[in-house]
Amino acid sequence: MTQKLLEIDNLEVHFTTRRGVVRAVRGVSLSVGKGETLGLVGESGSGKSVTSQAAMGLVHIPGEIVGGDIRWKGQSLLGPEGHPLSRRIRGREMAMIFQDAMTSLNPLFTCGQQITEVLRYHRKMNKAQAQARALELFELVGISAPLERLNQYPFEMSGGMRQRGMIAMALACEPELLIADEPTTALDVTIQAQILELLQDLQKRLDLSIIMITHDLGVVAGLCDRVAVMYGGQIVEEASADEIFSHPAHPYTMGLLRSTPRIDGKDDRMVSIAGSPPDLLQAQQGCAFASRCPSRKAECSRDVQLKEMASRQVACRFPFSGPWSRDFKERTDHIGTR
Amino acid sequence: MGRILLLRSWHGLIVIMGVTIVVFVVTRMIGDPVDIMLPLEATAEQRAAFEHQLGLDRPILVQFFDYVWSLAQFDLGDSLWQNRPALEIILERLPLTLYLCFSAIAVAVLVAVPMGVIAALKPGGIIDKITVLLSLGALSVPQFWLGLLFIMVFAVQLGWLPAGGAASFKHLILPALTLAIPTMTRLVMVVRSQMMDELNAQYVKTAEAKGMPLFRIVGLHAMRNCAVPVMTLTAWEFIRILSGYTVVVETVFAWPGLGLIALQAIERQDLVLLQAIVFVIAVIVVVFNLAVDIIYKVIDPRIKLD
Amino acid sequence: MEYPSDSTHPDGDEAPDLNAPQIQEEEKTSTFAKAKALLSELWHDKPGFVGFVIIVALVLMAIFAPLIAPYDPAEQSLRARLIPPVWQERGTWEHVLGTDHLGRDILSRIIHGSRISMIVGVAVVALAGGFGITMGLIAGFFGGRIDAAIMRFVDTIIAFPGLLLALVILAVIGPSMTTVIIVLALNGWMVYARMTRGIVLSVRQMPYVEAAEMVGGRSFHVIFRHILPNMMSPLLTLGVLEFARIVLAEAALSFLGLGIQPPATSWGLDVANGKDYLFVAWWLVTIPGCAIAITVLAINLLANWARVTSDPQEREKRFATSVAAMRRRKKSSSPAIQAAE
Repeated sequence: MTQKLLEIDNLEVHFTTRRGVVRAVRGVSLSVGKGETLGLVGESGSGKSVTSQAAMGLVHIPGEIVGGDIRWKGQSLLGPEGHPLSRRIRGREMAMIFQDAMTSLNPLFTCGQQITEVLRYHRKMNKAQAQARALELFELVGISAPLERLNQYPFEMSGGMRQRGMIAMALACEPELLIADEPTTALDVTIQAQILELLQDLQKRLDLSIIMITHDLGVVAGLCDRVAVMYGGQIVEEASADEIFSHPAHPYTMGLLRSTPRIDGKDDRMVSIAGSPPDLLQAQQGCAFASRCPSRKAECSRDVQLKEMASRQVACRFPFSGPWSRDFKERTDHIGTR
Repeated sequence: MGRILLLRSWHGLIVIMGVTIVVFVVTRMIGDPVDIMLPLEATAEQRAAFEHQLGLDRPILVQFFDYVWSLAQFDLGDSLWQNRPALEIILERLPLTLYLCFSAIAVAVLVAVPMGVIAALKPGGIIDKITVLLSLGALSVPQFWLGLLFIMVFAVQLGWLPAGGAASFKHLILPALTLAIPTMTRLVMVVRSQMMDELNAQYVKTAEAKGMPLFRIVGLHAMRNCAVPVMTLTAWEFIRILSGYTVVVETVFAWPGLGLIALQAIERQDLVLLQAIVFVIAVIVVVFNLAVDIIYKVIDPRIKLD
Repeated sequence: MEYPSDSTHPDGDEAPDLNAPQIQEEEKTSTFAKAKALLSELWHDKPGFVGFVIIVALVLMAIFAPLIAPYDPAEQSLRARLIPPVWQERGTWEHVLGTDHLGRDILSRIIHGSRISMIVGVAVVALAGGFGITMGLIAGFFGGRIDAAIMRFVDTIIAFPGLLLALVILAVIGPSMTTVIIVLALNGWMVYARMTRGIVLSVRQMPYVEAAEMVGGRSFHVIFRHILPNMMSPLLTLGVLEFARIVLAEAALSFLGLGIQPPATSWGLDVANGKDYLFVAWWLVTIPGCAIAITVLAINLLANWARVTSDPQEREKRFATSVAAMRRRKKSSSPAIQAAE
């Protein structure tokens, strides 16, 4: 972690809808270093995808970045000066893969066409060079029969192959940072594991930085160095992956952990978090999680900031300490009866 | 692919058969061709002679099979009005009509596609608003009236262009424009809404994330996805122009094409010629549809023609 | 906020089942309130409202034509031929919109002509709509072979060169208002059939209907209960749009001499009569043409409003569009927008 690649500083993103202004991202700060893998975890609607799209410069009307800053190697990507830089690095130094490769790939172009287009535009390669490089990339991401796949349309490929194709496309210009927005959600479990393995392998081989966006803590476990947990457009906890899994401090993180099935089969009782995510239309008073929090107290109605605490950051007045399972269970078991 | 084309051709044949039957039923069974084609004061002998000349005194089924048989041999009968083969008259006039139709479609597409795309790029912007308003307005204007207005302004008032005829390129401008405008407006609306949808598609976001320039995203990625619906409408419009609008516009501008001759055939009660025109247009429409199906397959590999 | 009565609001969707009788009662009392809400919503869409007002005025004009029209539309006066409208040099207040080549009062002809447009429009929409919806319902309900047969038939008819066939029929039977109505209805029922079938099929695929059918419940009953509300607004919108198309088609046929025959009056017929006087009396062609255009424009504006209002997705899009436009106008220093362009 010598150099910060991407820094997001107090980012605010709003969406204007008919029902009012949705404050999707509310003061999020993040950073990713060279070769680091950051997990960004939260339920759908927690603002994790919007945050990453803001970094890529993909927030469009009706969305709008209303505050904060995004920096690439120290230089702002926002504002009139940042815009050309954002354009220059997009797809070249910073790349992104999406959840559903089927809709994310253009259905009317072959996979080969969609990769070579990147190479020809950014790297000014000629057709033959681009073709050769695309073949290389297909081999790199483990696509079987790569030569044939180049001439196939997305609808002719399996889900796993399509996602590998997406990854190959993102890696075409050897980016330094790869943002993966739920890359495995749409896939079968066995394929999921393969794709995660591939990402892990690529990360090591290419010294890639990855932001892994997911709602599934299981995905994060093996892959990420650090994890940031988002809730209601804010980061509620950020720590190293080990810390998160062994000593979650925020009640929401703990809830997430408890609602994740464990592979080792121990403690197979899953508990869901009661209640529903906050309405992002509302201006928020106090802790966003308070209404669903098992250990809510009167003070929770006052605003809470992300605070440094030992080796982590937590946005909670009453964070847990100690190993998670027993402590949390005691405090949450009554939820089920409510 | 070959099998599918065969299937499509089969459907086309059914359409042509259907048109033939409808025309036959309407002309021989609902109406009495002798009544229509002979003057009222004709004597009974004249009527009988005429019936015999057309073969109308035979049983209806015999008449029908005879009719179909001659159609299969491209014998469309002799025009009563001009006393020569109907096919000959049609082949004389068809090129002029096709010339007019293709010019109109070309103008419509060339204006509508860029206009629709530009409107879609900034939804709610000034260009978009003007486009939508103009389209609504143009859609509400009757075509024959539009043609007359054009004549009044450009031929009568300004004297820039001829009011009718088909002698030169100058003669083409007003009728082609009149034909093109309603088609153009419908196309603009479809291009605009389709493009707006496509620009919200996930693959556009991917292309952006790849750092592709805007004109490539719009002009290539989104455009190609718009192509099928836009082509469907264009083909549909072409058929409507060929098999309907030309009658109106050719009448207004005295453009000596198939539409004008069809109307004249009605006025002179020449049912043979009218039937022949309908049959030829039906064949052209079917062939045209077949061609469009093949083009679809080229644009969108997902389409299975079944 | 732009649309005060918002049926797509998430809160409005969750109609609680517990107090069903109460809801019914509410429904009864609120028919008037609903109409009022709809009107107020229409008021917010200015073009749609203008269209609505014009249509109401036209309908009234058509109904009370003999009372409103200053002259008999067929009354000729050779001394008062080709008088221009009042704002022209030779115009008089006696003939506000002037007279035609036979000295007939144009205003009176326009007023009476609206009757033809309305009657033909309503009759064709009712005939074609009735037949088409019935065919669509049959195809959608019974499915299987019946569906395939009907839809194949529809496909074939749609591929016909419709207008030319219409000309043949008109030539054989002879033009009259009845023939025009029949011919246009024969030409237009297929759209309704396709749309109705599509709606029935999509409703049948809804989970609860599917479930009810699987249990062997009275599926007709279930389907009907869910189909009717789903069918109303798209078919109404289609009907209004078809109405506009038919007004244009009637005018075109009459213009060609294959529609309404004199001494009856029709706007299309009047344009045809005027076209020989293009060089000397512009108003003969222009005024009836304007009447057609205004009528069709009004219908289109209303249909446009209906289409957007009945489709929540369309409304959301429309809102996004207006936001985008607002944002662009401000075009502040916000970087996100520039990045978007």
